[in-house]
Amino acid sequence: MITFDAVTKRYPDGTTAVDRLSLEAPTGEITVFVGPSGCGKTTSLRMINRMIDATEGKILLDGEPVQGIDPPTLRRGIGYVIQQAGLFPHRKIVDNVATVPFLLGWSRKKARDRAMELLERVGLDLSLAERYPFQLSGGQQQRVGVARALAADPPVLLMDEPFSAVDPVVRTSLQDELLRLQAELNKTIIFVTHDIDEAIKLGDRVAVLRVGGQLAQLAAPKTLLSEPADDFVREFLGRDRGIRRLQFVPTAGLPLRTDLTVPEGHDGTADEPWLLAVTPDDRPVGWISKDRPGQLEQFGTFLYGQDPLRSALDAALLSPSGHAVAVDETGQVAGVLTRKALDQAMMEAADG
Amino acid sequence: MGDGPPTLWEWFARNWQTGRVGSISDLLGDHLLMSLVPIVAGLVLALPLGLASVRWRWLYQPTSGVFNVIYALPSLPVFMLLISVTGLSPVTVIIPLTFYAMAVLIPAVVDGLGSVPDHVRQSAVAMGFTPLRRLVQVELPIAAPVVLGGLRVVAVSSISLVSVGALIGQGGLGMLFTRAYQNPFLPPVIVGIVLIVLLALVVDGLLVLCQRLLTPWVRARGTS
Repeated sequence: MITFDAVTKRYPDGTTAVDRLSLEAPTGEITVFVGPSGCGKTTSLRMINRMIDATEGKILLDGEPVQGIDPPTLRRGIGYVIQQAGLFPHRKIVDNVATVPFLLGWSRKKARDRAMELLERVGLDLSLAERYPFQLSGGQQQRVGVARALAADPPVLLMDEPFSAVDPVVRTSLQDELLRLQAELNKTIIFVTHDIDEAIKLGDRVAVLRVGGQLAQLAAPKTLLSEPADDFVREFLGRDRGIRRLQFVPTAGLPLRTDLTVPEGHDGTADEPWLLAVTPDDRPVGWISKDRPGQLEQFGTFLYGQDPLRSALDAALLSPSGHAVAVDETGQVAGVLTRKALDQAMMEAADG
Repeated sequence: MGDGPPTLWEWFARNWQTGRVGSISDLLGDHLLMSLVPIVAGLVLALPLGLASVRWRWLYQPTSGVFNVIYALPSLPVFMLLISVTGLSPVTVIIPLTFYAMAVLIPAVVDGLGSVPDHVRQSAVAMGFTPLRRLVQVELPIAAPVVLGGLRVVAVSSISLVSVGALIGQGGLGMLFTRAYQNPFLPPVIVGIVLIVLLALVVDGLLVLCQRLLTPWVRARGTS
């Protein structure tokens, strides 16, 4: 656990970067520091590994004040990932990853073996190990950065806007990768970002900081969206707060209709305005409208019980029928979530 | 071999190894000594001064100022001046050339260290490098291409400048030019020029080879 106890950072020119920050980042969870530029989020992060020293207050690492630990020793026990990956251009990928093990005095073989293991773990092809950083794409470099931070298996990981310099598609895959890794590794992670969507996606807890380095709110993403502490937080969360809240409403237990599926080639005559055509092994093909029986219309699916309500709404909006198709892990139709059932679910979500 | 003047090649073959002082091979040896010592000494001295100039920024302006002034001094009067201290010895040539080398290499060291991207330095700090280890294992290797670039300039200019020492009797291959001055006869001049240019090309080639071996990661320009 990382504890900030009334931590203040004031510069000689009088500016206050962080103002009496007190919070706890629980062990094994991702705590995100988010806020506009000038809110002191990076400064706060860097005070943990003493790249910046706090002016007042204490930062405790599992109860021990970091100010009492020799900086290089402290830092070797804390993984660190930064925006441009910060890889050493003159070292091969495998040696970049093995940096901290080398510093800790591991044997060359043991350090390199460990590095190879981690490259695999972050989803990199092992043929990249003998290359130099400039030969890799931005996304690959960032993965190497994560592998390097994990090399000596530190319990704590500090990540300073690690994914903000890559394109959105790569960013999404890196975020998913981080969540997958974290499910295996259970590190105590502090993640700094200015992107509220990233904060909500990755954080177990999100600390919203305001300019001047004050904590505006610390809460789970779901609570943050439903109960913003003040106007600053509300404004920072942006306009689609309502829609984003649905991200945290489960679809498990929603009532599905199973009487709307018909085999492919059905003539469309029924009492229902819309019927879902499925293959013999229950995969969705398209909607049949009562008005235009010969024609298949688009459909949208969500993974029943696993995807949140936001995905179900998205699936419903993708189809002229207004219904969302619930599928199971194998892609077979579990049933249909009708517009009516969806409305009911959203009403309940809005209530509580 | 008739009675006429010797051809270029005949003259070279006859004077390469005469067993007397001043044979071409001796001059070549002197030339190498007087140019290589300043290159190496210049690098050894420029490194700490460059590092100090990076560590204490205020030191850089006065240091580079002093060395630029030294660099601007014409070499001949400097040689003359030094004779009173070091006499008519190779040292009289070696000392100014070392200072010239430093005038080029100190900025090269400073620029080289300046070429270390900030995010790379930051991540080295964050991973727990001690300052000395960071310098040796991260910053100097990344600065190497720029420093080696400066070293190539220094090598070629030192090899060429040594010949000026001929005017005080310590010019290595440059001695071949002063002889021709006394006695208008072309072969020594041509042999001198060709050997100096060849020497510069060989040393430069060796430095390029060094660069390839030491910095295999510098293949593409402008990548970090």
